[in-house]
Amino acid sequence: MTTYFTEDHEWITVNGGTATVGITDYAQAQLGDIVFVELPAAGANVAKGGEAAVVESVKAASDVFAPVTGTVSEVNAALEEDPALVNSAPEGDGWFFKLALADPAELEGLMDAAAYKAFCEGL
Amino acid sequence: MRYLPLTDADRSAMLARIGAASIDDLFADVPEAARLAGPIAGLPAHASELAVERHMSRLARRNLSAGEAPFFLGCGAYRHHVPASVDHLIQRGEFLTSYTPYQPEIAQGTLQALFEFQTQVARLFGCDVANASMYDGSTACWEAITMARRVTKRAKAVLSAGLHPHYVSLAKTMARFTGDRLDVAIPDLTPGAPGDDMARLLAAIDGETSCVVVQNPNILGHVADLSELAARAHEKGALLVVVVTEPVALGAIRSPGEMGADIVVGEGQSIGVGLNFGGPYVGLFACAEKHVRQMPGRLAGVTADADGQRGFVLTLSTREQHIRREKATSNICTNAGLCALAFSIHLTLLGETGLRRLAELNHAGAVAAAERLARVPGVELVNGAFFNEFTLKLPREARPVVRSLADKGILGGVSLGRLYPGEASLAGGLVVAVTETASGEDVETLAQALEAEIAA
Amino acid sequence: MSMNSEGRVTRPETTVAAAQAPATFTGNRALMLEEGLIFERDDYARTGVDLPEAPRVAGRLGGLERSRPIGLPGLTEPEAVRHYTRLSRQNYAIDLGLFPLGSCTMKHNPRLNEKMARLPGFADIHPLAPVDTVQGALAVIDELAQWLITLTGMHAVAMSPKAGAHGELCGLLAIRAAHDAAGSDRSVILVPESAHGTNPATAAFCGYKVENIPATADGRVDLAALTARLGPDVAGVMITNPNTCGLFERDMKRISDAVHAAGGYVYCDGANFNAIVGRVRPGDLGIDAMHINLHKTFSTPHGGGGPGSGPVVLSEALAPYAPLPFVARQADGSFKLVEEETAGEDHPGSFGRMTAFHGQMGMFTRALTYILSHGADGLRQVSEDAVLNANYVLRSLDDLLDAPFGDSGPCMHEALFSDEGLAQGFTTLDIAKGLIDEGFHPMTMYFPLVVHGAMLIEPTETESKAALDQFIGALRSVASRARAGDEALKAAPALAPRRRLDETAAARKPVLVWKDDALPQAAE
Repeated sequence: MTTYFTEDHEWITVNGGTATVGITDYAQAQLGDIVFVELPAAGANVAKGGEAAVVESVKAASDVFAPVTGTVSEVNAALEEDPALVNSAPEGDGWFFKLALADPAELEGLMDAAAYKAFCEGL
Repeated sequence: MRYLPLTDADRSAMLARIGAASIDDLFADVPEAARLAGPIAGLPAHASELAVERHMSRLARRNLSAGEAPFFLGCGAYRHHVPASVDHLIQRGEFLTSYTPYQPEIAQGTLQALFEFQTQVARLFGCDVANASMYDGSTACWEAITMARRVTKRAKAVLSAGLHPHYVSLAKTMARFTGDRLDVAIPDLTPGAPGDDMARLLAAIDGETSCVVVQNPNILGHVADLSELAARAHEKGALLVVVVTEPVALGAIRSPGEMGADIVVGEGQSIGVGLNFGGPYVGLFACAEKHVRQMPGRLAGVTADADGQRGFVLTLSTREQHIRREKATSNICTNAGLCALAFSIHLTLLGETGLRRLAELNHAGAVAAAERLARVPGVELVNGAFFNEFTLKLPREARPVVRSLADKGILGGVSLGRLYPGEASLAGGLVVAVTETASGEDVETLAQALEAEIAA
Repeated sequence: MSMNSEGRVTRPETTVAAAQAPATFTGNRALMLEEGLIFERDDYARTGVDLPEAPRVAGRLGGLERSRPIGLPGLTEPEAVRHYTRLSRQNYAIDLGLFPLGSCTMKHNPRLNEKMARLPGFADIHPLAPVDTVQGALAVIDELAQWLITLTGMHAVAMSPKAGAHGELCGLLAIRAAHDAAGSDRSVILVPESAHGTNPATAAFCGYKVENIPATADGRVDLAALTARLGPDVAGVMITNPNTCGLFERDMKRISDAVHAAGGYVYCDGANFNAIVGRVRPGDLGIDAMHINLHKTFSTPHGGGGPGSGPVVLSEALAPYAPLPFVARQADGSFKLVEEETAGEDHPGSFGRMTAFHGQMGMFTRALTYILSHGADGLRQVSEDAVLNANYVLRSLDDLLDAPFGDSGPCMHEALFSDEGLAQGFTTLDIAKGLIDEGFHPMTMYFPLVVHGAMLIEPTETESKAALDQFIGALRSVASRARAGDEALKAAPALAPRRRLDETAAARKPVLVWKDDALPQAAE
């Protein structure tokens, strides 16, 4: 199991051919209290860098992009009832959706935890 | 100038603080070629209250106001008696001269009033939720069509022939640019159910239909049961949008929500607002709770403050233009706050008891008027069912009749020739609205004048 | 994901107690009276109107009689007057004090305007009344139209748009219609980053793709970037001038020329027309379309969020596409309404109708009354005093608050500050809420987006120097507290009808209508 990060502050944890996607702790802190998450439909195809979900705080709506290309296999239904999970456990119970990867090679361009930490410090 | 408090001494002192030699220095960024040296030529100078009042009053006197004449116009704008306290209350400076409630701690008055308005509209329409108002009924109708497109991800709207032709015209304007497809039709004077094209609508709804849009009561005054249409729409995955241009009717007839509507929009003018030659009015917009995130317009909601006291805020703003920008549900920013307040105050004064009685009065007056006018030789009452508005078929073109009645000081109705120019089959149609403001004597005056016109 | 630093704190952070005051039995605090909802009364059956009993007739509702109760409470007149009067007192208003919301132009609303709008000859006429019976109303529309055309130096005006954003829609539809007529299918509208949200929303609403244009370091449109992006796919640009940073776009004419040379049109957001009315005509700057918010520049009341009114002035190039209906003066001095019926001969290029009737007549009478009261000389004085007041505010505060464009010359009608220099953890929001306790409505906050923690102050011309001095004193006091890190400021407002409200809770579990456990059974 490996976790990668994007410059758009998504994380993706890969386990075999499937991956789990969410937004980072840095992102949730910047957004403030999350009040609503719009998730893709299970079965939808998403393209690397394409809009996959929307996360809303009271004063902002931000697009969440797919870190890699794939097919959505599952979405986190718990977020519908309790979007605050994204604040309390962004990289755990606050995950957004799972993907069946189309091209694992796409992961290669992403950052690892150390690189992402350095990236955030530079912002 | 009575509205400008600065004195020349103030101006000098302020320029000194700023460090500018003259006012002109403050406009230094304007290219010289575009700077005007003095007041624009050919325009008058400032005027006293008395002088302005004289001018405006002279213009006002050139109009024949509804209160001066037997009055029977409707078709999307209705004259009802508005209690004196409504206008008094909306003129309180704290309502009149406040802004959109972006600072909720000092805007609880507006926010609570909007919350009450939303609840009243939702209940009147039989829907889960309502927004804090739109510009007017016609623009709310188009917003409903675009909302149905977002909800269903389909772009074909089927519009009833009984929908107000100006609402249809607006939808056509917009659809030309947005790519929505509209299925439209012209009403006919079918005896018993004018403007009712239920069979066409039922047949037109297909798997590509986003919504079917029906006005009730319709442009010709006919009222219809929409339950079957709702069922058919839902069966095909489409939404039923119901348009209400005369909300007083809902004191007497079943609400659109009860009949299965998914989105209900309306023109709220007839409660609390007044005719105003067409504006400002107040658009009403309600829908099922599950669609609320696709709804346009402002919404007031309940919350608590730091001490745990109940309060109200604008909420779900991420749907709106100031946050979502090009991805917003609508470009609407301003609503019709003060008109919504007037609507809400009037409805609060009426209450359920008053609204029902007002509706009964309207219906009884309209039934009596319809029967009287149908006795004018050559005149035929087209409607079977109606609320406070019905269509007459005259034995000659109605439009000159209306003009000629106006010459006699009678505002006798809206001719279908005005609404559907060039439609020969409708040229004899005259739509007559009878509210509580029309007396029996007014009806008799109209009947006799109509008789004389037709005989002439 | 796309990041946006607007995710500021939206719920109370502290539980610092409000000013110590004795608890009362009612919850009221002297003149500040708590008021429940109309739905929280146990009896829904009352009414505040006396209506006669309806005569008995054989009903003709076609079997659609309402059977279920609606759930609408009624109040007698004294109860209703008290309910709404109590609510009103929980609002701030221009009638109470300075209302410095940038880009909103909260100026005094003359009461003569209200009186004129209520003359029965204007208020009690039907939009479909025979045109011979409403010649005075059409004359008002025509007279106001002539003023707007002359003041802006434009060719024509569309009067029917119902608000500013509706006016934007009108302008963009005219642009689309013009391109259509020329057989061009340009699909992109360019919008500066600092634009009002309505600009991109409107462009998208009528089917355009929106692209942002960056600003220069001095807060203006980047002419080079804009020019570089122009091309055969660009239908037009939307520029706000004066812009939302409170600055005049010096290059406006050059922008217009470049856009025209590339085959596009220039839409100007006229929200800030108050800064230049009587001194600058947008027509001289190459503008093709501009809406005028009558509720800003011409002082029709904002009414707690509308109704507005947004007539759109048009250049000669766009005038042929103006919407229906409109008023036309005839040779004999009378007026006619041009609607769908005669559009074919009178106005064949029109893009069509955008509202049911003729626009906001009630706002036209108010705006015309305002304009006639001021005259050409008074309107010029309006923009001069508005700009003078804003610069006075700017230069009275720029030693204490960061003015990001303070070095790039005078501002126009509004002064812009950022949150730079505030103590760690203190924000624009704290300053805004502190101003509430000082008895002022806060300035526009967090807009424009191009400035961090923006505070946009538009005093308008109807404020006296004494009122400005008091406001400046209050803002200096609050800003000093925010710079010093005064924790008590975090608890502001402490003296308003409510303390900071939990917007997060409101959005997570929206309660948008009142829900009783059981609706009272209405009297049948």
